[in-house]
Amino acid sequence: MSEPLIFERSSPGRSAYAQRPAAAADFSAIPEALRRKTPPLMPEVSELQAVRHYTRLSKRNFSIDTHFYPLGSCTMKYNPRACNTLAMLPEFLARHPLAPMSHSQGFLACMYDLQEILKDVTGMAGVSLTPMAGAQGEFAGVAMIRAYHRARGDSARTEILVPDAAHGTNPATATMMGYTTREIPTNSEGDVDIEALRAAVGPHTAGIMLTNPSTLGVFERRIKQIAGIVHDAGGLLYYDGANLNAILGKVRPGDMGFDVIHMNLHKTFSTPHGGGGPGAGAVGVSQRMLPFMPIPIVGKATSPPPLAGEGQGGGASGEAASFRWLDERDLPQSIGRLSTFMGNAGVLIRAYIYARMLGRDGMQRVAEYATLNANYLMASLRDKGFDLAFPGRRASHEFIITLKRQKQQIELSATDVAKRLLDYGFHAPTVYFPLLVPECLLIEPTETEDKQTLDLFVDALVAIWAEARRDIKYVKGAPYTMPVRRLDDVRAARQLDIRYQPKP
Amino acid sequence: MPFIPHTETDVADMLSAIGAPSFDSLFDEIPAELRCGPLAHVPQRLTEMEVARLMHGRAHQDRHGLSFIGAGAYEHHIPAAVWEITTRGEFYSAYTPYQAEASQGTLQLLYEFQSMMTALTGMDVSNASMYDGASALAESVLMAERSHKAGKRRVVVPRTLHPLYRKVLFALIDAQKIDIVEIPHDASGRTDIGAIEALEAGSFTCLVIPQPNFFGAFEDVDALTNLARAKGAMVIAVVNPVSLALLKPPGEWGATGADIVCGDGQPLGAPLASGGPYFGFLTAKQELVRQMPGRIVGRTVDLDGKPGFTLTLQAREQHIRRSKATSNICTNQGLLVTAATIHMTLLGAEGLARVATASMHGTAELLKLLSDIPGVSRVFDNGGFHETAIVLPRAVAPVLEALAAEYGILGGFDLSADYPELGNALLLCVTETKTHADLRHYAEALAAVLAR
Repeated sequence: MSEPLIFERSSPGRSAYAQRPAAAADFSAIPEALRRKTPPLMPEVSELQAVRHYTRLSKRNFSIDTHFYPLGSCTMKYNPRACNTLAMLPEFLARHPLAPMSHSQGFLACMYDLQEILKDVTGMAGVSLTPMAGAQGEFAGVAMIRAYHRARGDSARTEILVPDAAHGTNPATATMMGYTTREIPTNSEGDVDIEALRAAVGPHTAGIMLTNPSTLGVFERRIKQIAGIVHDAGGLLYYDGANLNAILGKVRPGDMGFDVIHMNLHKTFSTPHGGGGPGAGAVGVSQRMLPFMPIPIVGKATSPPPLAGEGQGGGASGEAASFRWLDERDLPQSIGRLSTFMGNAGVLIRAYIYARMLGRDGMQRVAEYATLNANYLMASLRDKGFDLAFPGRRASHEFIITLKRQKQQIELSATDVAKRLLDYGFHAPTVYFPLLVPECLLIEPTETEDKQTLDLFVDALVAIWAEARRDIKYVKGAPYTMPVRRLDDVRAARQLDIRYQPKP
Repeated sequence: MPFIPHTETDVADMLSAIGAPSFDSLFDEIPAELRCGPLAHVPQRLTEMEVARLMHGRAHQDRHGLSFIGAGAYEHHIPAAVWEITTRGEFYSAYTPYQAEASQGTLQLLYEFQSMMTALTGMDVSNASMYDGASALAESVLMAERSHKAGKRRVVVPRTLHPLYRKVLFALIDAQKIDIVEIPHDASGRTDIGAIEALEAGSFTCLVIPQPNFFGAFEDVDALTNLARAKGAMVIAVVNPVSLALLKPPGEWGATGADIVCGDGQPLGAPLASGGPYFGFLTAKQELVRQMPGRIVGRTVDLDGKPGFTLTLQAREQHIRRSKATSNICTNQGLLVTAATIHMTLLGAEGLARVATASMHGTAELLKLLSDIPGVSRVFDNGGFHETAIVLPRAVAPVLEALAAEYGILGGFDLSADYPELGNALLLCVTETKTHADLRHYAEALAAVLAR
């Protein structure tokens, strides 16, 4: 059963009356030349029609609350409900971003605490919470690297190094910051090729962007050596925190020698993915990078703020004010503002609540159980005959299997397995990333899944392989139980239909 | 253990299957000298009950004031159904819809969103969201630069654009060697058209036009659009989506319409919530679709010829194009778009027009009440949307402080730091959420504070 578009449920003159102001619209208040002449094409439906339509649409989705999502590099763990309930307390929702400090101390206290927790768990000297997603955290990080070199009058550094297994956001970010990127190859063990790195660095090197554990699901063992090579060349190290879940509370990026990091709070700190966002990409920095952090940041005042009545609050700072925004006046060398206000504040509150419920010991347990689940799943699949991309390595919180052999023998591709898994009630793992491994499935179970679920997932993969041996055509036709079967992506791009237009 | 389901038996069985003697051995590839000790500054864990108590206390500290602050974030009534449905686990905890067959709900909703945004702005194509209004503007400028190959890399930005948008724009495009030329405002609080006329044709890539502008005033969008065209520049509109229920859509500005439209979607169902998460929207003319940043959903058919939805034109994006992508954006603001789509559906065009009307009338009413207070006057002599500036007989900050402390009124945004030329100016906003009594309360409180 397909669900019609909301526009197709619409009837002229119908409305959700309780939701709109009682007084009629008055176009005459608008100067004639600026007035809208024809109303926009919007649905005209009742409240029940709207509720039923969007509730039905919701049921055409997979989600963590309904399905296992072993999606490598995405850390699809359980999003605790308390984080949502408490972040949506009326006072938090009602607080205007430019409210005076006298009406902001609760929110600022949460942000300050979160900054402190993130500093400790990453081993960095400072944290700014404003970046709105991982990619914006990367942007902030590379902008800080640029600001650092410029502040020293070093304008020769025009290149950012990126391992060939890196996330696409890494090179895309370097480009946005005006850098050229150079790829560093990975060796057969999954580590950065040290000799290639040595050959690549020089006075033109602004820095290197690394994920550790890498996107290949293994820990970069010679990270200190890499840090030494890059630092000796005058470059800086950027840590892509996509895989922080693997090492939370076990190893800290600051101790590995990183100068700038970003964290994906929507991964490691379990804020919801929301069907594509919002995320939060807080950044952390080492001592020498502190002056360049993006603003605003929350500062703790031991006495009333020196500039009472000014600052982002633009207004009253009561006598009890002990937290305030740090802005351009406090950090004149800052890379500036990345969002209109304070980034994805509500996401940050959720991350804070999660961190408080985990606590000190819970942070370490995240890495332990995420790693336990990944290694267990990897061992189980290996024992069932699947090929590991890096059989000699320990899995981090994720690992890769390759279907190269199955593809050659029976035409079974990673896409086929991904689509057929949907019929078995599992979301697909990440496929065809990293690009280095042919027909790969990047699998990340996270710490919140139980052993029984992992076992059922293994059974499903085994069953699909068996099905494919019997009847590959059938598997290639999957999925069969979803609201739609495989979609024609080529047609989607060639005959672009990206908005509803009523038939004339 | 919070959020971890393993029993002791599970752990023993799993370690044994792995062939690992202990948890610690799972980390044996990490050099020992890198392993960290206990996290001294992370507090011990709280139960759900304890953290609830903590957060209720923190929320209480934020005190709920009667707010007349706008300046880019607007208090509107949000229908109860909006967040009831948006926080259903199937939307809230879903991933990016890369596996289209398992994400038809989110994808269809995004298609409906794109349809509504193109209708509201009068444009042909929409993406599925950017982070917020300011970053959407920066991406719009980069998009204009990519599509406008000839000429100088220069963007013309009026000072009637939100000061924080201008700061974000600078931070996000600074590395791309694009000049920003600021245009002053005239005595009416609108962009000084003469200053743009004075610019040489071909000397800039695009003109940014805010409507309504930061002061709430209506820009002469037709004249500005035509002027930009005459100078060989593209037009980027920065708009409030609610105002578009009453205002001519950017697609109809001037002789040609704007090229790119962006703004903050917050007024469409996102609570104020300390500044986020909100979402940025970005719509454009058809010919610019391949230059758009971010995700776009298209309608297509499946193997059986049945209609379905999928992400499309992905070759623009970072996960395919890497360093040649149109943007580095990956995660967007999907959940806020979910709320906005349900919000727009419940209000419809008529409901949005009513919200816009009530807000506009309330602002005019408050302006009249305040102008009657001795020493208070309007800054600009013309009407506008739901914001307006007044000038006080003395410094704004202490007045705001007294209003907040004694009356629980958050009286507006102090303009004196960003626009010193306006004197003791205060920007205030009224939406449909304020009653006549609220407005009188504010006027009485301000009169009392100023009478001292």
